[in-house]
Amino acid sequence: MTALVAAAKKEGVLNVITLPTDWANYGTIMKDFTAKYGIKINDANPEGSSGQEITAVEQLKGQSRAPDVVDVGPSFAVEGATDHLWAPYEVATWSNIPADAKDPNGDWYADYGGYVAIGYNPAKVKVAPTSFASLTNPAYKNEIGLNNSPTTAGAAFAAVYAAALANGGSFSNIEPGIKYFAHLKQIGNFVPTAVGGPTTVQNGTTPILIWWDYLLESEVKSVIPGFKIVIPSDASYASYYDQAISATAPDPAAARLWEEYLYSTTGQNLWLQGYTRPIELATLVANGTVDKTAEAALPPAPSGALTFPSSAQSATAETVVTQNWPTQVGG
Amino acid sequence: MAENTAQAVVPEVLTSGARPSPVSTSIRGALRWLGIVPFGVYVALGLAAPTIAIAVAAFRNSSTGAFTASNFNTALKGTYLLGLKTSLLLSIATAIVPGIFGLLLAYAIYTAKRGNVLRQVVVTASGVFANFGGVPLAFLFIATLSTTGIVTGWIKDIFSVDIWNHGFTLYNTSGVFIVYMYFQIPLMVLVILPALEGLRPAWREAAQNMGAGTWQYWRYVGGPVLLPSFLGCLLLLFGSAFSAYATAEALTGGTIALTPIQIGALLNGNVLAGQENLGYALGLTMIVIIAIVMVIYTILQRRAARWLR
Repeated sequence: MTALVAAAKKEGVLNVITLPTDWANYGTIMKDFTAKYGIKINDANPEGSSGQEITAVEQLKGQSRAPDVVDVGPSFAVEGATDHLWAPYEVATWSNIPADAKDPNGDWYADYGGYVAIGYNPAKVKVAPTSFASLTNPAYKNEIGLNNSPTTAGAAFAAVYAAALANGGSFSNIEPGIKYFAHLKQIGNFVPTAVGGPTTVQNGTTPILIWWDYLLESEVKSVIPGFKIVIPSDASYASYYDQAISATAPDPAAARLWEEYLYSTTGQNLWLQGYTRPIELATLVANGTVDKTAEAALPPAPSGALTFPSSAQSATAETVVTQNWPTQVGG
Repeated sequence: MAENTAQAVVPEVLTSGARPSPVSTSIRGALRWLGIVPFGVYVALGLAAPTIAIAVAAFRNSSTGAFTASNFNTALKGTYLLGLKTSLLLSIATAIVPGIFGLLLAYAIYTAKRGNVLRQVVVTASGVFANFGGVPLAFLFIATLSTTGIVTGWIKDIFSVDIWNHGFTLYNTSGVFIVYMYFQIPLMVLVILPALEGLRPAWREAAQNMGAGTWQYWRYVGGPVLLPSFLGCLLLLFGSAFSAYATAEALTGGTIALTPIQIGALLNGNVLAGQENLGYALGLTMIVIIAIVMVIYTILQRRAARWLR
């Protein structure tokens, strides 16, 4: 570790990509890392997507401004591993990461995530929604929104997956989720705008918003006091983002130090303070090192172990949503 | 003999003055070409290189990189075929309807006196509105005409009618159509106005002198002169709608299939991984359609130019 810190300090720079400062507490995390190690962080394209991260790794290869580390959605982590874009690395706390949340080879490893949740503004929504089934209440006419299109946004895609689980579907069968939203649209409850967020909750376009619990907390609740967030009782769908180190990282030591920092107790608790659930949360709780205030601020997690769709199941679901969303929900 | 010498010299001077030597011709020719070098470089880097890159990538397998036509098999089927059809229909509709409204508006401006304040305001405003688009435009409509929009509220207050309960919606193809009018009509005004101004008053006077009424003037003189320009402008509107992306995406959340949105999902999205080359295949299909449109546009422009000199 001492040697790694020395090597990283010698590089002096870390290139990260697509990390918004108001997302999962990344603003504080980056500031704290720089303060601790004196390593400057360049954050390229903060509002970019996972797809753009992969493109940047491929196209900036060999340049000093190429990304050192990425934070990508699961399917992109797998794609990158298939294309040999990642340098395998196992952080010191590797054994605390659940086996189905990391690549056995060490190419990628889950970092933080959350549950699909229903957020609502009690000032406009009189009957509190509790589940996907409850959202079909005619009282919610023209009130329910997603953050974006499920064909482009991970959160909206996850919402369709969760709705599938609530309606007799499974990780291998997302179709009931699409049918569910088609039904919501047909009865007039679903507003299919792709700009769902704090503004559309505030101005009443979508007083009910289905999104990640941590984004509802950090982006909506922060501007709308009294905003309520509930994890639907009939579907608990969690998804985690993944860390990976670029195989062609211009600052390889700083990249590895960054990962060690993120998976340290400090790093994990900082993610928790950003309303996300860090992957080693169970260990933190067991060891008593968890930030209790931050943990209490989260909507209570459903019981039972976390399960994730396999990459093959996700890939099938993505194709089904791409093909069927416009034909079944559109019109 | 002396005279002969003199005579022999004079023509030589004359010829070298009138007809430059081959060397200076080539320099002047080279200089003439030098002028368009920046433009040539611009076209090569900004248009030719990306087009070739897309064309090559469209025929490659996303993971292996091997050459294949399978991307087009997918691109011309299912939701992607539907996307192309919807894009084409939407673009045709949002070319023709705003084309007609824009023409009428431009004609009203054309008949107004030059220097008229209203005319200048309309032309300037058209320039601004024609360039307004993207997510801000979608949000503008959501803020005014969505269920809780300001205008929706006014209509509710004044006429006691909630338009959303009577089938009005912004979030489908007809909603996108309404929103596109916002920038398509001003664009039509801007591009058709020069053609209208090319109609010389003398032609109308000549027609009237021969006893033509207003209808006959437009049927036999004004209309035929204007038609190529009008059709050319429609094609321009078609291209503008065909390539529009962010507005429709923000408004409909992908519930209507449009090719540019699908390309965005394949190249930039957070959901579909590893299908970039399918996106390139869709891109190439769009390029082919636009190329056909541009050829027709050029032919029409050439016809129109005959009268506008």
